[in-house]
Amino acid sequence: MADPVLVRLLGTGEHAVDCDECFDQLDRYVEAELARQPVDELFPGFRAHLVGCPTCAEEHESLRALLETEEIR
Amino acid sequence: MPSHDTNTDMSALASSPALAGWHLDLTGDGPAREVAAVRLRELLLRAARFEVFRRRGMLPQLSPTELDELADEAASDAAISVLRRLDDFRGESRFETWAYKFALLEAAVKVRRRAWRGREVTLDPEGWERFAATDVDPERAELFECVREGIRTALTPHQREVLVAAVLDGVPIDVLAERLDSNRNAVYKTIHDARTRLRAHVADAGYLEVT
Repeated sequence: MADPVLVRLLGTGEHAVDCDECFDQLDRYVEAELARQPVDELFPGFRAHLVGCPTCAEEHESLRALLETEEIR
Repeated sequence: MPSHDTNTDMSALASSPALAGWHLDLTGDGPAREVAAVRLRELLLRAARFEVFRRRGMLPQLSPTELDELADEAASDAAISVLRRLDDFRGESRFETWAYKFALLEAAVKVRRRAWRGREVTLDPEGWERFAATDVDPERAELFECVREGIRTALTPHQREVLVAAVLDGVPIDVLAERLDSNRNAVYKTIHDARTRLRAHVADAGYLEVT
């Protein structure tokens, strides 16, 4: 099911956290991601939520980008 | 006054770098709190400006000054959220990272809402009819038709209008939440439930590859 419209309509069918849980875990997830930790094991359902929620995905990208910018300084 | 914490677990927590930082001064009073509040404000403004700058393409009508004002408002709202939820911080990430997310959220929400201000959001339960399989690989046309039927028959009118607005019209869910006088998590759950029903419909029709 590679069609992006179908993915957005049907979701992935995987367990996914909701927006509140996503926000709650976001800081820990991004730090773990940047530390190359196994985030899918540590934060089950987080990545699936980002696939199904473009709004939370934007905020994840922003926090990651901000921390990366700070690392470069 | 005890000279040290006799609770082993609490001592361990307090000695963690994330929990021994300057942010602890935010809960006190006096000059130390003032200094910490200024530092928090600077941190949140940095993150809010970062987010507004990243998304400035969504707001071509705003001047640099207006964009900065938007970031400033976001930082102020984020400061209120951070101070209200300070007890939720458990030191599992850096305090700065934890605080940043509030500023990024406030800034992102303000940018999206401003970008959609004045734009009509059509909540049309029949809007799914625009979802046509005309540009689809012929082999997938039947699957698309099955999804169309599922949107029409398996969803409630509310699920249908929210899913269509979010997925087919690309309305951000926090903008949708504002228009529906709801909240982001509730809108997400509506979308999640709609997807679950649609997947079941498609699976019942024999399209096992999407389950």
